[in-house]
Amino acid sequence: MSSTIAKLLDMRGFSCPLPIARTAQAIRELSVGDLIEVHATDPGSVPDFDAWCTTTGHELVERTEADGVYRFVIRKAR
Amino acid sequence: MPARVVVLGGGVGGTLVANLLDKELGRDVHVTVVDPTGMHDYQPGYLYVALGQAKGHWLSREERSLLRPGVDLAIEEAIRIHPDAGSVQLARGSNLEWDYLVVATGARLVPDQIPGLVDGSFEFYSLAGAERLGQELRRIRGGRIKVGIAGIPYKCPPAPIEFTFMVDGYLREHDLRDRSEVELLSPLNRAFTIESASKLIQPIMERRGIGLTTFFNVESVDPSAHTVESLEGEKQEYDLLVLVPPHEGAEVVKASDLGDASGWLPTDRATLNVGGYDNVFALGDATDLPISKSGSTAHFEAPVIASRIASLVNGTAPKTNYGGRVMCFLETGDGRATSLRFDYEHPPIPPKPNRAWHVAKWLFNRLYWETVPQGRLPERAPFTTPKEVTS
Repeated sequence: MSSTIAKLLDMRGFSCPLPIARTAQAIRELSVGDLIEVHATDPGSVPDFDAWCTTTGHELVERTEADGVYRFVIRKAR
Repeated sequence: MPARVVVLGGGVGGTLVANLLDKELGRDVHVTVVDPTGMHDYQPGYLYVALGQAKGHWLSREERSLLRPGVDLAIEEAIRIHPDAGSVQLARGSNLEWDYLVVATGARLVPDQIPGLVDGSFEFYSLAGAERLGQELRRIRGGRIKVGIAGIPYKCPPAPIEFTFMVDGYLREHDLRDRSEVELLSPLNRAFTIESASKLIQPIMERRGIGLTTFFNVESVDPSAHTVESLEGEKQEYDLLVLVPPHEGAEVVKASDLGDASGWLPTDRATLNVGGYDNVFALGDATDLPISKSGSTAHFEAPVIASRIASLVNGTAPKTNYGGRVMCFLETGDGRATSLRFDYEHPPIPPKPNRAWHVAKWLFNRLYWETVPQGRLPERAPFTTPKEVTS
């Protein structure tokens, strides 16, 4: 399993559902176990990524917030 | 010499900016609208065409008839913008020079981006598509009807939900509801992006027996197997599939290297200036702003651009900013509707669906031609102003 970020997605300034849709798109190109990091500013992205990971089975490895930017690290599970 | 303003695109936003500038500045300005078709389409009407409630020819008028006599119209295709040289190249070879440029080139549909979409699904985002969908609806005798979204961002975010409610009403009216399933495939974990609206909509969907699949971002359609697959890896069967096609910005924006990868223009959320140019503006669907792509957005942005250009022409500092105001109607079927009024700072508080908003939408659809393009619907009219909300 890799611990480096395979892909970084900057979704700052975009409101949902764009961050989710772009993450869903980007994660297809990765291999199982790869990490993707997403930056977003929409507060709605917090519950959205929680629910999206639960639904799709991908693992939400890390979630942090600094200066209004939410950072999500997700591991591709399948 | 009057200031030369070129407006690319004769839709809601372009037409209104042109008319407002001509009205405000008179002889101090010379406005030219460049539009490839010379026809002005009222796109919100397509939904009604699909349901057999409107005729296609009601929804299109000659752009010339909507412009003030002082505004020039060039029925030409713009192929390249040169912001540093202050000119735009037209397809027939001439070059149009400007002091101020307004890019109102809208969004275009790119259905080919989703494999199988063209052959396997219907849409109501073009007049031809809405007419074709209308014929199909009249033909079917029930079945599994799935409504989904094949690309984000897309125009008029409430439209797919309105369609599910209206198709539910149509099926009930024709005694076909018992033989049908209606389901919304939403890209999010709820029916609609805006949470307050979603809370209002989902119980109505439940009452009407409209299904909801969440986190379904369409990836491909298999027309022969009658299945649609999502980026999340889910597959659904259908008898009638209605998908919002993917959207992109105009070709001219891409050709001029002014937009992002999808052709949306990097636009300042307050001044509506493009890419750091003080004399280039964008509005409506053409921008990359994280707000609804809708006629109402363009309608509220147009006076801001007109005012800023007027100030620049008059040699004063522009003061008017866009606050992110949008106003949408949302039909919930059964002759009722609600409204979403919001801006950058205030999320909408939609009222309980009622008769009045349905009638208001109906009236607006009819009054559009005589009011909006001419700027006769005052920006501060109670009808268009969002309710003051405290967050």
